[in-house]
Amino acid sequence: MMQITILYIGRDTEITIVMNRLLNARPEWKGICVCTDEEAMSILEAQDVDLVLLGNGIDLDCEQVLRKRINELKPNIKIIQHYGGGSGLLYGEIMSALG
Amino acid sequence: MSQFILHKENTRGHANHGWLNAHHSFSFANYYNPERMHFGVLRVLNDDLIDGGMGFGTHPHDNMEIITIPLAGAIAHKDSMGNSAVIRSGEIQVMSAGTGVSHSEFNALADEQLNLLQIWLFPNKKNVTPRYDQQTLDVEARHNNFQQILSPNQDDAGVWIHQDAWFSLGKFDEGFQTEYKIKKAGNGVYAFVINGEVTINGQTLSKRDGLGIWDTDSISFKANSADAEVLLMDVPMEL
Repeated sequence: MMQITILYIGRDTEITIVMNRLLNARPEWKGICVCTDEEAMSILEAQDVDLVLLGNGIDLDCEQVLRKRINELKPNIKIIQHYGGGSGLLYGEIMSALG
Repeated sequence: MSQFILHKENTRGHANHGWLNAHHSFSFANYYNPERMHFGVLRVLNDDLIDGGMGFGTHPHDNMEIITIPLAGAIAHKDSMGNSAVIRSGEIQVMSAGTGVSHSEFNALADEQLNLLQIWLFPNKKNVTPRYDQQTLDVEARHNNFQQILSPNQDDAGVWIHQDAWFSLGKFDEGFQTEYKIKKAGNGVYAFVINGEVTINGQTLSKRDGLGIWDTDSISFKANSADAEVLLMDVPMEL
């Protein structure tokens, strides 16, 4: 079974903990969840990531900078917005993003 | 020329967890159908039956407008903003999750099943300050009338949300006909039949069927049964 690596970036610690649990509950997903952009960039520099989920609390200016930095570092990574903060939409978002 | 999409009741996603019997009009949780991802900004329409005393423990939400309409029974709600409330049939609850909020939802009654509609809309602005509201509706005002229960405006009828959306509920006598005018150019209407049988723009709909209509400025409506009850969700079609 191919495992895909998903990096979640959000500002709310509690939601980030939940996302970590949800993403790692499925054997086909490996979830890495962080609250800061610098942590996210360090992970992206150190390992392959298939999909980036942008979570709550990232303001528009930060989001634009973050998207630019990720695209410059790893132009093939898909970046999508995660809505809802929990499990309701997560599976559909990831399935849609990965086709 | 108007366009439409018909979602028959028996084509909805279904998950029976024992204490929770859920039907999903759009992809939700483990139900994934790429043809059923959203209707405009309407992302979730869940029709949940919850056993007495059971419910959802504390869980987070963000960046979503969450509307709960109990059809039968009562919900006990508690959230991280300090709200603790019971919402009953005839009331509506709204939560703008914004930057993040945690809440729990339980059937407030031990010996009665709870039936609720939970509806999630994408917000028109991300990372807003979370807010909560609930309102008691004048149920009589929806007799042979589409009663507005939600809008984008704080000073308008019903609750308000961070989206250019309007919801209306109506309960109709058999044979009653009317026209609904869409509130904003570019919006479409998703009609969900709570009870009975109706005809909307020539499509006959039964209990729990859904019909999405767009590229029009109004829809025609006729009640075909004495107990016809419909929720109209007038929502932007552009994400």
